[in-house]
Amino acid sequence: MLTVNNISKTFNPGTITEKIALTNVSLELKAGDFVTVIGGNGAGKSTLMNSIAGTFPVDNGQISIDNNDITKWSEHKRAKYIGRVFQDPMMGTAAGMMIEENLAIASRRGKTLSLRWSAPKSERNKFRELLQSLNLGLEDRLESKVGLLSGGQRQALTLLMATMAQPKLLLLDEHTAALDPKTAQQVLNITNDIVNKRQLTTLMITHNMRDALRCGNRLIMMFNGQIIVDVSGDDKKNLTVNDLLSMFEKASGSEMANDRMLLG
Amino acid sequence: MDLIIPTISQGLLWSIMAIGVYITFRVLDIADLTVEGSFPLGAATASALLVAGYTPIMAIFIACITGMLSGIITGLLHTKLKIPALLAGILTMIALYSVNLRIMGKANISLLQIDTIFSFFPLNVDKQMMILIIGFIAVIIIAVINYWFFGTEIGAAIRATGYNPHMIRANGVNTDMTIVLGLLLSNGLVAISGALVAQSNGFADVGMGVGTIVIGLASVIIGEVLFGTKSFRNSLISVILGSIVYRIVIAVVLQLGMPPNDLKLFTAVLVALALSMPLFQAKLNAKKRKAAN
Repeated sequence: MLTVNNISKTFNPGTITEKIALTNVSLELKAGDFVTVIGGNGAGKSTLMNSIAGTFPVDNGQISIDNNDITKWSEHKRAKYIGRVFQDPMMGTAAGMMIEENLAIASRRGKTLSLRWSAPKSERNKFRELLQSLNLGLEDRLESKVGLLSGGQRQALTLLMATMAQPKLLLLDEHTAALDPKTAQQVLNITNDIVNKRQLTTLMITHNMRDALRCGNRLIMMFNGQIIVDVSGDDKKNLTVNDLLSMFEKASGSEMANDRMLLG
Repeated sequence: MDLIIPTISQGLLWSIMAIGVYITFRVLDIADLTVEGSFPLGAATASALLVAGYTPIMAIFIACITGMLSGIITGLLHTKLKIPALLAGILTMIALYSVNLRIMGKANISLLQIDTIFSFFPLNVDKQMMILIIGFIAVIIIAVINYWFFGTEIGAAIRATGYNPHMIRANGVNTDMTIVLGLLLSNGLVAISGALVAQSNGFADVGMGVGTIVIGLASVIIGEVLFGTKSFRNSLISVILGSIVYRIVIAVVLQLGMPPNDLKLFTAVLVALALSMPLFQAKLNAKKRKAAN
């Protein structure tokens, strides 16, 4: 499904702020894979995800989805295949527009836009049903501006939007990190529901090891711009947080010193 | 009292420009200075064409196209060459000064002996009334078109670009395209407004664009404060009414004896005050909270 072949990325090359973010990373996802990604700050998790989404070009290597080489595609062109939820709840929705309008935009992801009415009344029932599945009471607030919603509601809505037009690949970039623990679990449950029900190929970054273990059928750990651990199937099911810690120490040759990685 | 009709007429004609400013300043979240050039561009183009014998409707139509072209240029400077929007607008504005002189062949064109849109229709009313009627019809048509367009898929994408470019890119929209489209539409409207104002004044002048952006901002802000921003439709109506209120304010201060030369200073101070309102409001609220505690 998704093939990442030997990609590298260095930010600000040749300056004092040079930062090698990814070094020859390769990754292959099968259709229906739900992969959780963990790693400390600066490990390259977000860079990997943004490279796939096309936020910036990679220095070398190829990225393809379903055998289409998308390496040179712009961010908006890749959106035809990719649904995304960002860490910042503000990033995934247009605050000044109504819930209905946001959903209408998302339902046309990857399609050529026309001069048809954007949010026709005929789609309201569909939108209401979708919102009902979130169980957040948003189905009665189609005409509310998204800016009035809480962070958790906005992330749930973004999740709905990212998956409305069936994506080939769903990218979740620490999408629960900015939420309080209870809301984070709620959004994660919704995530699990949607991904499992629809068999979406998904890449999810999390800083919470328990979440990484609880979700998905495969787990990768990144360190210093490389993938250092990649477990799937029964091996992943039997993993514990302590296993992860010792794997990290073995693979990276250093003590786990980052608090953010220890959360959970 | 006999000032009321011309004042409202001017407000209507200029409100088309204010809608253009609203599209860039509020919808796209860009302060676009191109309007300082595209307003006289519309005036110059329409006037030159009228003098050359074109019908008023054709003259306004072509003026609109030239305004759109100037918007496209600012849009391309900004999106493709990555020049900050403010600077891109300034560059186009400066370039248009020369272009406008070329179009007119001199610094101003008089339309006194020439048939304009306001003498085009055989209605038995005096000129001021005619300007009011045509201005009203033009504003209604343009407001309806804008309301429709910004409700379509493409229009919604333009609005979303202003609110959150990340979101709309993640939904497959090329934000370079939506920004150029927004600037095109905005400057097309500004040029139409320029074409109409020139015909109602009876002349086009190369200097008539000075302060256009400030007048536009004043109309947008006055409208928003007095008439609300609940929805896009509400905002559109607010901008139009804001433009009329602005003209009334100007007429009143002139009646009270302010020298016309101080008009631009007055407008600039008015806009500066209005733009800084949120800051003062926040401070006032903070003080109130403190007092309440």
